[in-house]
Amino acid sequence: MRVGTFLALYNSDSLRKSIVMHELSIAQNIIEIIQQRIPEQEWKQVTAVRVKIGAVAGIVPDSLKFSFQAITAESALCNARLITEHIPFRVHCRTCNSTTENEDGFAMCGDCESTDIQVLSGTELHVVEIELEETEQVV
Amino acid sequence: MSIITVERKVLEKNDELAARNREVFRSHGIFVVNMVSSPGSGKTSILERTLEYLKDSLRVTVIEGDVQTDLDAQRVAALGVPVVQIITNGGCHLEAHLIQDALGTIDLKGVQLLIIENVGNLVCPANYDLGENMKIVVASTTEGDDKPLKYPGMFRNASALIINKIDLLPYVNCHLEELKSNALRINPTLHVFEASCTTKQGIAEWCIWLKEQVTSKKYEV
Repeated sequence: MRVGTFLALYNSDSLRKSIVMHELSIAQNIIEIIQQRIPEQEWKQVTAVRVKIGAVAGIVPDSLKFSFQAITAESALCNARLITEHIPFRVHCRTCNSTTENEDGFAMCGDCESTDIQVLSGTELHVVEIELEETEQVV
Repeated sequence: MSIITVERKVLEKNDELAARNREVFRSHGIFVVNMVSSPGSGKTSILERTLEYLKDSLRVTVIEGDVQTDLDAQRVAALGVPVVQIITNGGCHLEAHLIQDALGTIDLKGVQLLIIENVGNLVCPANYDLGENMKIVVASTTEGDDKPLKYPGMFRNASALIINKIDLLPYVNCHLEELKSNALRINPTLHVFEASCTTKQGIAEWCIWLKEQVTSKKYEV
């Protein structure tokens, strides 16, 4: 690329579709994972999606639920509820060998304050499981 | 009721694309920096000073991410450095697929350092891997000393912190040692630099360190 030829502006439709505010974008990713796992004709039966959110994942569970609801409201996924599970920020200390938790994301042992720690949990953002209602019996 | 076990990372699609970008960078021998900060901390000014310092000794290319306008790209282009502007149209962060698209418009041959200036936002960019070797977070003294505690994600994932507007310390309510210790509580391995784009204090030190990372490939992942 030559110096000065810089105005390659990205205004494409795919961009408009895919880049949105934070929790909305996360909700879209969750829906894509459902799409990959559940055939579209069974979407009406999806009653819940369980998501693990680490304490320091940078996600506000209520905003994510709101976003998920907003996107799915008019779709076949309208019966799906987003259930979030909070995962604490937990560190293991290599100095005193204890395992402690803090909600601030301090990379520090809660007992001896050593920073020689290993993060055990709290950064995850995972779809764990999808719940489906059994197909109604034909009477 | 039946339950289907999924156990997948929500952002795995982005992570896969980031891994592809990373492979492209590795195969071209390009070191990639993802610059993040809140709006107005002086990312673009740090970038300008960095380019002035490094452009004669390293082949640098820039990708600019902004919600609107190509003003930042114009500032970079004025320095004679190749730059591509990504406009997110309201989106609050860059994602790996946007970088993949932008790479299609860049001649990567011979490039040693690619600097991606992310959208000014201390929340979302922390979640989205772009395929970079490291994230650099810029925090300015005018933002106060509690930023690392309020936005830990960004500081946890960064390799270096540049404390910008250090020349304004006498006029603002920011305690430098507090800011540093807050950042190190979140991430004890952070390399911390103090800089001013006005007086150019600390710019050389930061640039020498960055150049070392580029040439040593220590951060290769």
